[in-house]
Amino acid sequence: MNKQLFLGDEAIAQAAIDAGLSGVYSYPGTPSTEITEYIQNAVKKEHIPFLHAVWCSNEKTALETALGMSYAGKRTLSCMKHVGLNVAADAFMNIAMTGINGGMIIVTADDPSMHSSQSEQDNRVYGNFAMIPVFEPSNQQEAYDMVYEGYDLSEKLGYPILLRITTRMAHSRAGIVTRDKKPQNPIRLEKEAKSKYILLPANARNRFKILIEKQKAFLEASENSKYNWFSPHPSKGGTSGKITFPTFSTEVAPPSVGMGGVGIVACGLAFNYLQENFPNGFENPVLKISQYPLPQKQLLQLAEACDEILVLEDGFPVVEEQLKGYLGIGLKVHGRLDGTLQRDGELTPDKVRKALGLEVNAPYNVPEIIAPRPPALCAGCGHRDVYDALNEALKEYKDAKIFSDIGCYTLGALPPWQAIDSCIDMGASITMARGAADAGIFPSVAVIGDSTFTHSGMTGLLDCVNANANVLIIISDNETTGMTGGQDSAATGRIHDICKGIGVHPDHLHAIVPLKKNHEELKAIIRKEIEYQGVSVIVPCRECIQTHARKVRKKS
Amino acid sequence: MKTDIILTGVGGQGILSIAAVIGEAALEDGLYMKQSEVHGMSQRGGDVQSHLRISDRPVASDLIPLGSADIIISLEPLEALRYLPYLKKDGWIVANSKPFENIPNYPDMEKVMAEYDKLSHTVLLDVEQIAKDLGALRSSNVILLGAASPYLPIDFFKLENGIRNIFGRKGENVVEMNLKALRAGAVKA
Repeated sequence: MNKQLFLGDEAIAQAAIDAGLSGVYSYPGTPSTEITEYIQNAVKKEHIPFLHAVWCSNEKTALETALGMSYAGKRTLSCMKHVGLNVAADAFMNIAMTGINGGMIIVTADDPSMHSSQSEQDNRVYGNFAMIPVFEPSNQQEAYDMVYEGYDLSEKLGYPILLRITTRMAHSRAGIVTRDKKPQNPIRLEKEAKSKYILLPANARNRFKILIEKQKAFLEASENSKYNWFSPHPSKGGTSGKITFPTFSTEVAPPSVGMGGVGIVACGLAFNYLQENFPNGFENPVLKISQYPLPQKQLLQLAEACDEILVLEDGFPVVEEQLKGYLGIGLKVHGRLDGTLQRDGELTPDKVRKALGLEVNAPYNVPEIIAPRPPALCAGCGHRDVYDALNEALKEYKDAKIFSDIGCYTLGALPPWQAIDSCIDMGASITMARGAADAGIFPSVAVIGDSTFTHSGMTGLLDCVNANANVLIIISDNETTGMTGGQDSAATGRIHDICKGIGVHPDHLHAIVPLKKNHEELKAIIRKEIEYQGVSVIVPCRECIQTHARKVRKKS
Repeated sequence: MKTDIILTGVGGQGILSIAAVIGEAALEDGLYMKQSEVHGMSQRGGDVQSHLRISDRPVASDLIPLGSADIIISLEPLEALRYLPYLKKDGWIVANSKPFENIPNYPDMEKVMAEYDKLSHTVLLDVEQIAKDLGALRSSNVILLGAASPYLPIDFFKLENGIRNIFGRKGENVVEMNLKALRAGAVKA
């Protein structure tokens, strides 16, 4: 068996290609970016015809484009980080209403512990919300197999599948066995497509009834899924016959942890952490869950086999809440809600170990001299020049507030600049600046990057123009999506024209190259535009030095 | 057999390349492995770490549990100490001795070295100086890998194959340079 070393993200990408993918549409976001990048590289290297691998303006446009591909009968993928699904939520909820034609998998890459995010929302909640099946792989091979087989399931059920991974799964490598490549679907339109895809109330009511009716099939799929299994006592040989993990020895006595009456539910990656702590076999009845809706049959079996349940899950207490119910009467359920596990933060083998009542033995502590080493803007980065000029220009304005946004330039929050006052969500800099200006804040400044501007800033700018808001907007343009590693930005070379088109007055729309030699000029423009009563936009534009260096290396 | 390795350094030093070489070699050896790494935000001069687990049995957790790492390989002396809680009692640290000072509150080197003196299993090497002497400026990371090689469960020639696989597409010169660096590190250690 030939194994290849794949990141979780790459395993998903390769599986989608092997399953006959026709189009992946995404917006970059850690930790999901590598999926689409991998497919783009594969298309280039292997010259795969008719496979579209494209960065879109934002997650909503991406998901809707994927729906168009599915409408035509072809298999499609859309990948985003957890907060990306908030942006795409309008499309997402309604795709659950219409259902799909060609198989559709939507990847949400959640980021518990916020390694690279503003929140740690658990998007399994979105799966419940939209009432569609959710996959949560426990390892990279499962991620591959789930995607490879998931397209068949999606087409069989007629609904999209939400694949929920976390940073750990996305960015961890393991040896993967791949399978035979399937051909792409031909165009294959549905007969009753109009009643399905025109969500007028009469059709929508009907579609909702169909979705409710479909829940039985989704539940059945979960209960029969090979990724969900209940084992009353694997260490004593009483398995459900599905356990194939060679790490379990049936000959060695299992460790005793005094949890005899406790049954364990382990979701996704949590299963690995459980396994890590029981290298010689489990003491307790265990239910592994990697596919939702929750498998009712196996949960009832678990409830019968134990007095209490411990739920191990990464992210929110999604399963714990469902099992416990609001009143918490009945079966005792432990997890993140009752403090058995920490409520926030990424799950780790050590947290699971403590929850199991086992001792963590770390002989060394972190020495007191250790100082944090936060990331910083690269030497030579254009954002540096922008903040240098902005900070100096604003020295005369003690009440200035700078609303910033999501991207490398968020690092302007750290020394030596400490320049910004907010960073909320994609595009919020411009709209918050307008609201603050309305409230009387002066000067009210927004700092946003080019990719974030085209993602969700343009509509906010239109609001500002319509209201003639007294704001200064700086679009710090590095001609790429820098934070995630330099993917295409939607409007490279066209930011100036877009602002003009939206209605920014040409006298108050400035282009400048952020370099030391232009420092005084940039400062002067900032000062002048602060004094202008209305919408001003400055576009300091210089290519990201990382993407620039990469191009130079490629040439040489 | 199971070996848990923490790889660490500052973003851009080449930690992930070393991880890739070891991983490639382990896979060729028919071993099971999992390697978890940090992408994104932390690549910009921040601290970077990777958990690499190699075993002759399937590896369960992507993360190394506290107190179980056999070795910490670090391209920066302070960064190795940051991950001390992962090290097992008799585990080893193999680290670059030259600090990467990109923070204003970097502690005095004497204090850093005092922490190393408290530990018994450490190898400290100025890999950048060795790289200079060797004329292989961009291979300090591979020199450190060479220095760590006696503590890894992988035959030296398989690490050499790993280098060939990982750097192969960059041309024969780069491969030769890195092989030289790997051997130099192994000799110095």
